[in-house]
Formats: sequence, structure tokens, C-alpha cells
Amino acid sequence: MIQLENLHKGYQVDGHIVPALQGIDLSIEKGEIFGVIGHSGAGKSTLIRCINLLERPTSGRVVVDGTDLMNLDDRQLQEQRRQIGMIFQHFNLLSSATVAENVAFPLKLAKRPKAEIEQKVTELLTLVGLEAHRNKYPAQLSGGQKQRVGIARALASDPKVLLCDEATSALDPQTTNSILALLRDINRKLGLTIVLITHEMHVIRAVCDRVAVIDGGKIVEMGNVVDVFLKPQHPTTQEFVEQVADSVELKEIVSHEKADKDRTMIRITFLGSQTYQPVLFQTMLETGTPFNILQGTISRMKDTPYGQLIVELEADQEQVNKTIGSLRQRGLEVEVI
Amino acid sequence: MSITFENVDWAEIWQGSLDTLTMLAFSTLFTAIIGLPLGILLFLTSRGQLLQNKALYAVLSFIVNILRSVPFIILMIMLIPLTRLIVGTSLGVQGSIPPLVIGAAPFFARLVETSLREVDRGVIEAAQSMGASKWQIIWKVLLPESRPGLIAGITITTVALVSYTAMSGAIGGGGLGDLAIRYGYQRFQTDVMIVTVVILLVLVQILQTIGDRLVAYFTRR
Ligand SMILES: Nc1ncnc2c1ncn2[C@@H]1O[C@H](COP(=O)(O)OP(=O)(O)OP(=O)(O)O)[C@@H](O)[C@H]1O
Ligand SMILES: [Mg+2]
Repeated sequence: MIQLENLHKGYQVDGHIVPALQGIDLSIEKGEIFGVIGHSGAGKSTLIRCINLLERPTSGRVVVDGTDLMNLDDRQLQEQRRQIGMIFQHFNLLSSATVAENVAFPLKLAKRPKAEIEQKVTELLTLVGLEAHRNKYPAQLSGGQKQRVGIARALASDPKVLLCDEATSALDPQTTNSILALLRDINRKLGLTIVLITHEMHVIRAVCDRVAVIDGGKIVEMGNVVDVFLKPQHPTTQEFVEQVADSVELKEIVSHEKADKDRTMIRITFLGSQTYQPVLFQTMLETGTPFNILQGTISRMKDTPYGQLIVELEADQEQVNKTIGSLRQRGLEVEVI
Repeated sequence: MSITFENVDWAEIWQGSLDTLTMLAFSTLFTAIIGLPLGILLFLTSRGQLLQNKALYAVLSFIVNILRSVPFIILMIMLIPLTRLIVGTSLGVQGSIPPLVIGAAPFFARLVETSLREVDRGVIEAAQSMGASKWQIIWKVLLPESRPGLIAGITITTVALVSYTAMSGAIGGGGLGDLAIRYGYQRFQTDVMIVTVVILLVLVQILQTIGDRLVAYFTRR
């Protein structure tokens, strides 16, 4: 659905050029939720704004749904932009227009007939749960409600792609979750392709199918969220993954316990349906290894449940190897730490 | 000494008030017609905006600054030939309108530019992302979003025009200012002076109140 090829973007700052993107290659499939994560200044906003040419790349290609956007004239670009909805960190609603007028705005720009606009607005406000607030002004809404208006407005012209620039960064955790749930919902209902940028790993974990990690204007890691999450390669990725793991306490436990020779600490990762089965118990029963659970989490990546256990085995090396072998045989991911 | 209002010719005051209102209405109208597009153009051609154009902005800005720095009374005298060319006379109600407009439009244009600058950049970008053309951004985003500021601007301009109309009395412009100068100043008829000043004061009060009410009504923030 979206192809970015060798994208470069530099900003002119007092005479010299500051590179913001340095050779981005990216292909986003139809219907997926694609996340881009990176630190402040990594180039996330620049990247997403290149997709609808709010920012024109210095070089490279931007292809959306088969159309090379860089070759279009103004009018054709305006036409194409209707296919690409966008929501923003600070919502960017028209403060002089009501909720309903804001949602109607893209349709009015496209000069749709009045009756159609009216029907579409009602439909969208119902979808985002704001039917009761249609005649309010943005200043009278909460942050979460404003973002819902933003989403309804972005969906009004039936886009194929929705770009989300830090759409939840100005919201509290609970509101963030409800907005993320709404995004998943419309992704599923409308088959919409969503590109989402954020600096929060839990947002990626909650909704994305695939993720790219961007650092210094380059993609340093990319893959399925599940893979990137469980086996982060690049230091930046590892940092982000640590945001959501309770790894701070873990480090303390590790350094505390390491001293003892006959104790081995392992991390076991469960994925999918394994998460809810008593594999650990069965294995330990079979091998007769005394064990001690130090830490455990069960969570969910989009639709995939997963769990991680930090387990201490009180046994000699041979026994430990046997136990690990047995766990791996059952399809679990095991790592000695 | 008590004021008796013996010199006050009420019919003449009435006529003067009507003349002032006429001058005010027309000059405000033309000031808006010229100043609004000029202000929009100033904003759009300035740095980082939709029609960024350094040269054009510099020229427009220079002209506006010149017209704003010349004292109005001098401007009126300088413009006499041009005024004759446009409306055929430099006297009376008609003759005072061109200099009023030329004096006030650059002032209003600056106020327009300033209020447009207040419009959230993000909102303009959102409109662009929805495929809005430049015209649509001007008409459907910039103007509605800056409406309270524009109304406040035209109010300030109209109030300034009230004192300009009074000044135009000095070169035979007609209206209350003319009466104040001819009777109040040149013939020492203090009572005429007081009556005209009070009427002007009431006029300014009314204009400012209407302006404030409208601004409050259109403010949604
Ligand atoms: N309009 C601009 N002019 C000059 N430099 C810019 C401009 N916009 C961005 N940059 C620079 O480009 C780099 C990438 O910026 P970008 O806004 O894409 O980062 P980001 O990843 O979105 O960061 P944040 O999380 O803080 O929003 C930064 O070094 C920034 O200073
Ligand atoms: Mg950003």
C-alpha cells in the first residue's frame, strides 16, 4: 500500500543542511498497522509527513496505492491526499467549527452534496461515540474526545491509509487505551492501513503488526512486533523494549543472585496459546528440578498473548541442561541469564 | 460662567453627525475591502507561509510602513491631487473618503496580518493533509479561525477612523470635526465644541461595545 524508497530529507538551518532522514526504505502492506518508534528528534514526524508530502523529501520515492506522489502537480496531490487521512498529537481541530462541522470539513472541501455530508457525519460520530456532542466546540471537549473528532474527520473522505503522528502522546493512559482500541477497531472494520508513530513501546505492543525502529534518520530494526519485542537486536530497540518490561528490578535480582554457583537463572518466553498451559509445571515435575519463580508477566501483543517468566533452577549444570532441553522441546523459548 | 448652548445650531449638528456617519460607513467599508486582502497577502507572502515571497513581502511591507508613518493630516494634504482624481473634489464628505481609506487600510492590513499569524499552524497543516487548496485554506481555515481577531481589528480601525474623520474637518472635510473646528476652535464657541466631542465620544463607545460583543460571540476557545 505504501512504498518509501531511499528517502532522504534535509532541513536548511542557517545556511547548512541538517539531515533528518537518511535513506529510508519501507514497504507497508494493505490492511496492516505499522508502527514507527524512535527517540525525540529521530525523524519520526518527518517520516510520516513525507507519506502525504506535507514535507517534501529531498530525494527518493513515495508511492501510495500505486501512485508516485512526487510526480503529481498541486491539484493531483490534493486529490490523492483525500485518500490519506491524518491525525495529530495536538488534534488540530478547527476551533471555530463545531464537532459536526469539523467532521464535515474534508467533505466540504471535496464539495460533496449536503445530504451525503449529513449522513456521513452522523455515521462517523456514531462510530467514534460522539453523537451526543455534535454541536459542541472543540474547546468544550476533553483530549480523548478531541482525538475522536480527529479520527472521525480523518475517516470522512473514506481514506485507504490513516497516518497517526503521536496520536496518543497528549493523552492519559486510560484515554490512550481507548483511542488505541478505536484504531484497532476501525482497522478491522474498514480494512484501513494504519501508520502510527510513537515514542512509547506499549503503543506499538498494543496495536501494531509490524514495527520499524528509527534512529538518527535511519531504520535500525524492522520486523513483526512479536519478533522485535522478544528478540530486540539493536541497542535502541532494546531500550524501548525495556520501557515495557519490568527489567529494572530484574537487573537487581540478577546481580544479587549471581553469586551462588548452583543456581541458574533462565528466562522462559511463552507465545500464543502456550501462554495459558501448565508447561513449566509439567517439565519440572518430569525432570524433578527444584525451581523458584522470581518474576513473571503475561501480556498481549495486539492479538497475540505472551508470557515471560524468570525462573531460578536450584540444580547442577547437567540437571539444568536437561531441564532447558525439555522446555525447548515443548516449544518454549529459553534463555540463560 | 455657565454653558448655555446658545451658539448650538441643532440642525447643523444633526447634519454634521449624518456626514460623519456617512464618512465613517464608506471609509470603513473601503478600508475593509482594501485592507483585508492586503493583510492576507502580507501574511501569505511572509516567511514560512503558503505563498512565501521575500521580494513581494518586502515591497508590500515597505508601502504599508510608509503610509502608516506619515501623520494623517499631512497624508490628507499630500493626497489632495489624487483625491480630486478619484472623486472629483477634495472637499466635503466625498473628498474625505479617499484619504481616510488610504490612511486606515495599511493600519488595518497590519492588524489582519497579526490575527492571521495567531491561527494554529497545525490546523492549516491538517487542512492541507485533507487536500485543501490554497483558496480553501484562506476561506475555510484562515478567515474563520481568525474571525474574532479580525473583528477586533476592524473595531479598532473604525474607532481610529472616527478621529481621522474629525481631523479631516481641518481641510474642509465636513462632519462633526468640521463643526468643531469652524465654530469651536475658530470662533471660540466652546459649547459647540463640547456638543461635538460628546457626540463623537458616544459614537466611539457604541462602536467599541458592538465590536466587543461580536468578538465575545465569535470566540470559541
Ligand atoms: N522544520 C524544520 N526545520 C529544521 N529542522 C527540522 C524541522 N523539522 C524537523 N527538524 C529536525 O529534523 C530532525 C527530525 O525531526 P522530527 O520532527 O522528524 O523528529 P521526531 O522523531 O518526530 O521527534 P519528536 O519525538 O520530538 O516529535 C530533528 O533533528 C529536528 O531538529
Ligand atoms: Mg514528532
